[in-house]
Amino acid sequence: MSRRVLNAATAAVLGALLALGFAGAPASCRGGEGHIYDPGRLAPRDSTLRVEVGDEAPDFTLPAVTGGIVRLFQYRGSRNVVLSFVPAAWTPVCSDQWPGYNIAEEIFTQADAVILGITVDNLPTLHAWTREMGGMWFPVLSDFWPHGAAAAAYGVLRSDGTAERALFVIDKRGVIRYVDVHDINERPPLDELVRALEHLER
Amino acid sequence: MRRHSVVWIGALTALVLFGPGGAWAAPPAVGEGLPGMTLPAPAGPDHRAYLGLAGEGPFDAAAVRAEVLLIEVFSMYCSYCQKEAPEVNRLYERAGSSPDLRDRLRIIGIGVGNTALEVEVFRKKYAVPFPLFPDPDFTLHRALGEVRTPFFIVARRAAEGNGWVAVLTREGSMDGADPFLKRIREAAGLFKEDGS
Repeated sequence: MSRRVLNAATAAVLGALLALGFAGAPASCRGGEGHIYDPGRLAPRDSTLRVEVGDEAPDFTLPAVTGGIVRLFQYRGSRNVVLSFVPAAWTPVCSDQWPGYNIAEEIFTQADAVILGITVDNLPTLHAWTREMGGMWFPVLSDFWPHGAAAAAYGVLRSDGTAERALFVIDKRGVIRYVDVHDINERPPLDELVRALEHLER
Repeated sequence: MRRHSVVWIGALTALVLFGPGGAWAAPPAVGEGLPGMTLPAPAGPDHRAYLGLAGEGPFDAAAVRAEVLLIEVFSMYCSYCQKEAPEVNRLYERAGSSPDLRDRLRIIGIGVGNTALEVEVFRKKYAVPFPLFPDPDFTLHRALGEVRTPFFIVARRAAEGNGWVAVLTREGSMDGADPFLKRIREAAGLFKEDGS
């Protein structure tokens, strides 16, 4: 066996090792896999944040999948807001993230918080996807056009036009209190978000 | 140099196949023993009593006192597991009210990739009466072959030793508590007292 072949084999094995990952892939649901597009393992992060804790949250106005328009500033003085950006509809981890928030409504209600779920998909796609997941109690917004403008304002638009898997907690004064731009391949644990909500004014 | 490279490749291959990633582990096959599993401490004395555990703290799945064990592999985040939850509760109630199963079958759930808080959200939302255990770092999920959720494993006490042998596995919905309970009875060789 030549050294070149050995090196190639070593590289292949190392590549396989990296592709499989040590952390274990998030469990995926049986039943949804027929519709879910698996992009494989992606670069954990592919954008540069444009905001930080303490900043005023950039305003946006986006159409909701259930109809109407949602403006971030409409919650000022009345509700805390959790922005949950996910990369795209019909992708594996996202399809396992919002259904969890869906059964944790009480946690958000107790914190006097609303979730705004945001993707860069258009409304018809979001309509089909959220229906397939059984519907959501919180507004799901389309950041499709101008493409990813809200995601870009926060600095979570990736170079391929999808968004990061990112959470922003915004208090009633409109100030960002928590930021988690998560590894796109993994689901953020609910625990950290709950801790962030506990610090907010009710 | 060449010998070192061969050893290097062999070691890496072994790591990929059998190492901590364990991505190629297969789901439990019918007739084969379940992998050893250490489960976290049950939520309280009721669950300890249900599982027949003497001590407190984490325990080996082999220590569950029952003839048959049903394991539901689920995730709090999985909408299909959410839809299935009332039906699994129904199966628990049916088994509990059945004289021939009450003391012979035990049911547990493993929330793969779920923290204790996430499992608690699921338990509370669906009023799950049987013990649920978190598996935040996917250790149990890897041991069970990284199955999709929900996934059901029915295991019977091993003839020798005190482990479990899989007698039935099911990916996805049970398709109804009563038909699945019938399949559990058949696969585990449990029959009603009247022989039916």
